[in-house]
Formats: sequence, structure tokens, C-alpha cells
Amino acid sequence: MKDDGLNLIHVLILFSSLSLLSIGGGNTVIPEMHRKAVESYSWMNGKQFADLFAISQAAPGPSILLVTLIGYKAAGITGAILATVAMILPAGTLVYLVSRFWIRSADSPLHFAIEKGFAPLTVGLMFASGWVMSKAADHDWRAWLLTGACTLLCTTTKTNPILIVGGAALIGWLGWV
Amino acid sequence: MSDAAKAPPSLAELVLTFNYISLASFGGGLSAWSREVVVVEKKWMSEEEFLSILTMCRILPGANQVNVAIFVGAKFLRLPGAVAAVFGLTFVPAVLILLLGAAYFRYSDLPAVQDTLKGAAAGAIALTLSMTFKTGRKCLLSAIPWTFFAATFFLNGILRWPLFGVLALTAPLAILWAWPKAK
Repeated sequence: MKDDGLNLIHVLILFSSLSLLSIGGGNTVIPEMHRKAVESYSWMNGKQFADLFAISQAAPGPSILLVTLIGYKAAGITGAILATVAMILPAGTLVYLVSRFWIRSADSPLHFAIEKGFAPLTVGLMFASGWVMSKAADHDWRAWLLTGACTLLCTTTKTNPILIVGGAALIGWLGWV
Repeated sequence: MSDAAKAPPSLAELVLTFNYISLASFGGGLSAWSREVVVVEKKWMSEEEFLSILTMCRILPGANQVNVAIFVGAKFLRLPGAVAAVFGLTFVPAVLILLLGAAYFRYSDLPAVQDTLKGAAAGAIALTLSMTFKTGRKCLLSAIPWTFFAATFFLNGILRWPLFGVLALTAPLAILWAWPKAK
């Protein structure tokens, strides 16, 4: 295809710039990805974007792999690789530098205070994300029941989590949720 | 402090471990999986160290889980460690998601797959909720951390404040509370 070269350039520019803008996680730049991929470049329609988003949320691995799918649709396998690397590299470099600083500062009071003080905030954010995810997943009473049962199982027993998620997937496959 | 680490992992172990974490997380719940493996199973980090890194990784740009992998990998083996962890986290799942994506564009609708994913998502949400309970039991030991927990959940989960607004309010107070007392 003659447009592939141009699409590759667009993929590179789009995702390398979104990388550093994705403050607060990859999900924060999804509206912008949607705008560019669907409206500006017409790589796909809105329904396809929504479905790729759903695939990336549920498939194993970080949900940022949505960009792999967008890159693939835009410019084939090369586009997929380029999109993934472009999305990870700029922010990843920054995070690496911060992590080195974090490790070197291990004895400072700030390090101690962040480690102790952030723990309850993180638990609150985790709970919020579980809450929000279950609303976004459009939970009806059966899905809530399944989530509740799995939560109980995972919290009170030492069952391998793979069995829990696998079992829940099987129940879904049978069409019970 | 980071007293939890035993023998530092090799590069290959970082790749394989993050590959395992990543593959196990179908349906979502990657944070819960990372904790399960990094803190509980491998004991590479203490609970508090991991939790604080998780929130720093949410503030920083980039995908949260990629950032966590960078922190864990860099802690033991610097740049090669960070690259190995990110590679392990993303490579096989990227191949899988391409296969799924290609199948999707060919068949356009996959009801059985969607049903399965819906079930898996319910299980993954359960892992996230369960992680809340497990870690909460360990770090919510008095009224003040309970208040921080409740405020963060309420602002972010119920009022849907953006992460930055929530942390702009709660993080300085939490750091002030946790600041080591002068002797």
C-alpha cells in the first residue's frame, strides 16, 4: 500500500507524543487516540475502536497494548511494533531516571514518608479502580454475584488466582454472566 | 525500607516473571497480579515499597504496569533489568493481542469470546477488590490511614475526581503524617 509510509510517520508522531502526555496512566490519552485514529486519520471507525479497546482491556498484558492494535490497523505489523515502542520509550526513559533517583534516595526522610504515606492512598485508589471497573464493565446482578464470590474466594483462601479468573472466564463462556 | 529482597533475580528471571504476570492477567487486574508475584511469591519488595511505587507509577507518564516493571527491573539490574522486565511484560501479550486483533478484523464479532472475556473481567475485578482487602489489613492500622484510604476512594471512585486532583489534596497530608519524627 502506498500510504503505509505516511501512516508509519503518523503512528510514530502520534504515539511518541502521547507517551509523555499519558500522565496518570495510558487510559488518560485514549480520547486523544480515538480522535486521531478515527477522525483525523480514518484508520478505523468508532465501533472498531471501541471493540479494540475492549479487547485490550480483557486480553492478558498491559491495556496500553491498545496502541499495538491501532498501529497494526494503520500500517500492518511494522506499524504495530512502531506504535508499541513509540508509546513505551519516551515515558519509560523518564520513569527509569526517576526509579534510579528513588533507589539512591533510600535513606532520605522523604523516601520513608512517601513509602509509608502513599500506602493508604494506593489502597484507596485500588478500591476505587475496582469499583469503577465493575461499573464500566456494565455489571448486572449475575456479574456482581460472580465478582463477589471470586473476591471472597481470593481473600479468604489460598486458591491460585489463575484458577479463579479461569473459572470466571469459563462461567462467562458458558453464557451464565 | 526495602529489606524484603533475597537473592537478586537474573535478567532471564525478570523476563520470565513479568511474562508470567502479564499472561496471568487476562481480564485485567494486572496490579493485583504484580503484587501477588513481586511481593507475596518472590518477596522482591516489601508491601509498603510496592504500594508506594504503584502510586508513583500512576502519577508518572506512561502505562502504570510498564512503569512498575521498570521500577522493579531497575531496582535489581538497572537499565538491562528495566528493559528485560518491560520486554517480558509486553512481548508475548503483544503477539497474542495481534492474533486476537487480526481475528477480530476478519470475523468482526466474536460473541463467545466476548462472553468469556466478560466472565474473566468479573474474576479480574475480584482480584483487584481482594488486593484492596489484603493490603488494607496490613497498612490501615489506625484512624489516620483509614481516613486517607476513605478520602482517596471517595474522591476518586465516587466523585470521580481526576487522579491529580485527588493526590494534590491527599498526598501532601499523607507525607506530612508519615514524615519520620525527629528524635
